[in-house]
Amino acid sequence: MSAFLGFKPALLWTDALLLLLVVAVLLVVRHIRRHEHLAAPWRKVALSRAGMVSATVLMVFATIGLLDSMHYRPELPREPGAPAGAVRYAVEMRSLLDHLLDPLPVQVETSYSAPLATQAFNKTSMESDSGTVRDYPRLKFGGAHLSDSNTQWATDISARVLRGTLWGLATGLAILLFAAFVRGPAQALSRLFRWLVGNGDDAVHCVAWTVLALSVLGGAVATLAQGYHVFGTDKVGQDVLYQILKSIRTALVIGTLTTLVTLPIGVVLGIAAGYFRGWIDDVIQYLYTTLNSIPGVLLIAAAVLMTQVFMDTHPEAFETVTERADFRLLFLCLILGITSWTGLARLLRGETLKLRELEYVQAAQAFGVSSAAIIGRHIVPNVMHIILISLVMDFSGLVLAEAVLSYVGVGVDPSMISFGTMINSARLEMAREPMVWWALAAAFVVMFVLVLAANLFADAVRDALDPRTRVRGVA
Amino acid sequence: MSDSVLRVSDLDVDLHLGGKRVRAVAGVGLEIRRGETFALLGESGCGKSMTALALMRLLPDVAGIAGGQVRLDDEDILQRPEALMRELRGRRMAMIFQEPMLSLNPVMTIGDQIGEVLTGHLGLSGAAARTRTIELLTAVGIADPQRRIREYPFQLSGGMKQRVMIAMALAGEPELLIADEPTTALDVTIQAQVLDLLRRLQAERGMSLLLITHDLGVVANMAHQVAVMYAGQVVESGSCEQVLQRPRHPYTRLLLTALPEITGSNQQLATIPGQVPPLDGGIAGCRFAPRCAWVRDDCRSRAPVWQGELRDGVRCPHVAELAPLPEQLREPMARPLHVGPPLLQVQDVQVHFPIRAGLLQRQVGAVKAVDGVNLAIAAGQTLALVGESGCGKTTVGKAIVRLNRLTAGDIRYAGQPWASLDGEALRRQRSQVQIVFQDPYASLDPRMRVADILMEGMASLGVGGSSAERLARVDRLLDQVGLPAAARWRYPHEFSGGQRQRIAIARALAVEPKLIVCDEPTSALDVSVQAQILNLLRDLQTELGVAYLLISHNLSVVEYLAHEVAVMYLGRIVEQGEAKAVLKRPQHPYTQALLSAIPRVDVARQPQRIQLNGELPSPADPPTGCHFNPRCAHADRLCRQEYPPVTVADGREVRCHHIVQTGGAYVPAPLKPALGGDDAISKLPQGPA
Repeated sequence: MSAFLGFKPALLWTDALLLLLVVAVLLVVRHIRRHEHLAAPWRKVALSRAGMVSATVLMVFATIGLLDSMHYRPELPREPGAPAGAVRYAVEMRSLLDHLLDPLPVQVETSYSAPLATQAFNKTSMESDSGTVRDYPRLKFGGAHLSDSNTQWATDISARVLRGTLWGLATGLAILLFAAFVRGPAQALSRLFRWLVGNGDDAVHCVAWTVLALSVLGGAVATLAQGYHVFGTDKVGQDVLYQILKSIRTALVIGTLTTLVTLPIGVVLGIAAGYFRGWIDDVIQYLYTTLNSIPGVLLIAAAVLMTQVFMDTHPEAFETVTERADFRLLFLCLILGITSWTGLARLLRGETLKLRELEYVQAAQAFGVSSAAIIGRHIVPNVMHIILISLVMDFSGLVLAEAVLSYVGVGVDPSMISFGTMINSARLEMAREPMVWWALAAAFVVMFVLVLAANLFADAVRDALDPRTRVRGVA
Repeated sequence: MSDSVLRVSDLDVDLHLGGKRVRAVAGVGLEIRRGETFALLGESGCGKSMTALALMRLLPDVAGIAGGQVRLDDEDILQRPEALMRELRGRRMAMIFQEPMLSLNPVMTIGDQIGEVLTGHLGLSGAAARTRTIELLTAVGIADPQRRIREYPFQLSGGMKQRVMIAMALAGEPELLIADEPTTALDVTIQAQVLDLLRRLQAERGMSLLLITHDLGVVANMAHQVAVMYAGQVVESGSCEQVLQRPRHPYTRLLLTALPEITGSNQQLATIPGQVPPLDGGIAGCRFAPRCAWVRDDCRSRAPVWQGELRDGVRCPHVAELAPLPEQLREPMARPLHVGPPLLQVQDVQVHFPIRAGLLQRQVGAVKAVDGVNLAIAAGQTLALVGESGCGKTTVGKAIVRLNRLTAGDIRYAGQPWASLDGEALRRQRSQVQIVFQDPYASLDPRMRVADILMEGMASLGVGGSSAERLARVDRLLDQVGLPAAARWRYPHEFSGGQRQRIAIARALAVEPKLIVCDEPTSALDVSVQAQILNLLRDLQTELGVAYLLISHNLSVVEYLAHEVAVMYLGRIVEQGEAKAVLKRPQHPYTQALLSAIPRVDVARQPQRIQLNGELPSPADPPTGCHFNPRCAHADRLCRQEYPPVTVADGREVRCHHIVQTGGAYVPAPLKPALGGDDAISKLPQGPA
């Protein structure tokens, strides 16, 4: 079948886990929608303007990350003389995002170039009619369609921005119209109008405008990227925009898969310590106090080195470079998870200590309900808000942790593009004169937007779910 | 009027809750005269605390004064700029709150906190402020004030903190003291001390006191003038005697007949059906009309206007024509039966909680929460366990339901071992003994629906057959406790406190227990709701023959429900016998003091107050000899050395050295005045003329 498709789907470990996570989230959403008391606080999130705007931004990041998680290996052109059935696939793995971004990944210059530049950043000696001259050479791809870059550049850029804006506007309106249509085919247009014109307090109104703004931005960047390197190129001439888009998946994987590790450990140990108390509590407390006193970076560095040694001694276990990098990423998630469950466990222990003394738990004990059933029926549902809040709160911390670890050199595989590796390779160029600033700036801005959106969303979730934060009326 | 201190007219307070505007206080008018105690009486949510906060202009952010006047000596203080309000607050009007633990700053000494008020309002500082602080602490009855002014709030007991709060309020020498439920968080004997103190201070200083309370007994014992609030309005106003003896408004009438103390145990308690209407919509007619027993057609359409004077009137046009409520008699309480073995027998039970300290968590002592208790509960009857908080009564209840471990002693159920059961054997027997908790808000899992809550026990203990049969049983249970069958798919937060307590009772009944431990089943509820629950508990006992162990500190509830009473003090039972006999003729000095401390609505029935000194000692370190000796007026050398044995007198068991047993006939022990004269026994000043 794959021969027929012309490519072979490849499932990396992290792809599979991300997929699992998406399915789990969808199931939870379905469960919440069916239970009024669970849905009520989320409706409060839906009323929060900052929360919904940041959720929209996060959705865009998540879409990019998911597109980048659908991997395949393209079919290689058949060699002459090969038998008819023999199909060979590329060693390089590509993702759906790579496919969509074509030919961005392969438009590699020789070295640095500034954002939207038509010439390289460094002078080189070039042969010309009048002998050897040292000048800034034209880029191979950036602005290659211009015959005279000096005169045409400004007009071309403005024309592309205008075209991209219009395209983006049209796409954004189409998306909104589709959404309005899904809400109810009748009066879809008037609903769309209400969304756009509604008063400023309405969260839907803000989301609608966020969608429009993002599509305009996306449209402009997309049209520019067809002729230029929007954020410039790095040392080996690779497009920075492409690197940033690829970094998003790494950040999302770190931020979400790590919680798959922390969650079971934190929830089980935290609740067990709080509910059973006694020696179980003592053991668990000693465990997390000890773990907390070991410097996290040291533990992570040691674990990552061990993985590296394992990978070096078992080269046969990995078919492609991407698989190697993915294995290291997965292991990084694991070790980050093992070092970061303590906060959640401590929170849950405290809450469980309080809940187990509550009268409905005692009433269940008086009915002879088993401890496992009490935990499942009375404790877990009542600490769910803490778990959710700490999940979204931890996400941004983990994204930042990845950047720091990769910068230090114990993070993801050097061949894997991430915010951390981008910052790491850009740091030396900061000392150059003139400065190569764009790689660092682009990584910083995109990571900042991602983390800010995650933090704002986490705030909105906490406000809605935490029973201690009361909604204050307007006096 | 020159003798009026505060005159409130047409006061409106709005609450802004999630975009909705709720009128929490609607057109309240009050007049408080110099030197009088004015009680603002109402159930929770009626707007009485909002009114008090509005008088001080201390409303929370979500609330705002929407109209009206508050005249303090002819000046409308609502017109004052906020900056000038500060010189009023604490100086001319002071306030004390319900929770003394939350009202004091935990990181400042008592002396500094009172000194702050003195500096701010009277300009006193240094030695002068210190002298005045000591005077104030002496005035509120704090012993050894020189030492106390250097102490922090955590070093004081609850009653002492409330005294310090009063001293702080008095520091600015206010003309009006507003006390918002000042004794609700305190035990009865401490409540009696604080109320005595307030009464004395008010008489000495000629200060006016605005007392906000839900407790009719406190009103009867304290107030000269009363205003009754319902749903944000004053519905009746008059002298204390007028309102409590000859109530006019239907709400006041029903409220008084809902009290077990007034109605007596041989009658059905009056209940007020329904709930306080939501205040956000426009209410066309009388706010009480949906719950009124005398409602007429015009009540629902026309809002009643105030009839009579500001200080003597009623918000009901029909008061002259109201017929008396018919009395609903119920079967008189049977005498306690002790035929054959009791249903449940508690023998010398001790529950100690270890105190651990040090690196290795070695046990260094124990809190003797229960220290040798004997009880016997007869089938189908009610035994009440009475005592102040911290005396160990809840621990006994939990030990009986097997929720905690006995340190020593034995419990037998129907003659069979009970305390030694464990594992599967215990699980099979768990359905026999169930429990109903105090707080209806904490006793139901907010994430479970009513049917799931009721079926949890049935499923766990295998009662009630198949799931369809169980569901049918849920409907029957809901009907039994007076809830509609539609309630079963709803969540607890959709119910009021009284309804939740009904659900909690239904949950206990679901597994067909023979004994239900009721741990303060009504203390979190309003009087009118309390009456519903008490009626329900008695009906269920008649119908199902279930026995109750009623744990309570409210003696009128005990009087209404219990066949027998056991009085507990510091982990031990000091007096035990037939309810009527114990409550009418208490023998043990502690029972006598406890009974005398409870403020009665019927002031004529108020026994002579016996002042108890100090507070409950720590159960970790009980006094030697009789536990009660440090607070007892009769204590002598023997009491300080030996714990008294059980004496059988007047048909009950008493643990006191001074009870003389004379062949069954009861001879009261001679009452010896305590050292230092007879000020320990203060006579209660009778209600205002």
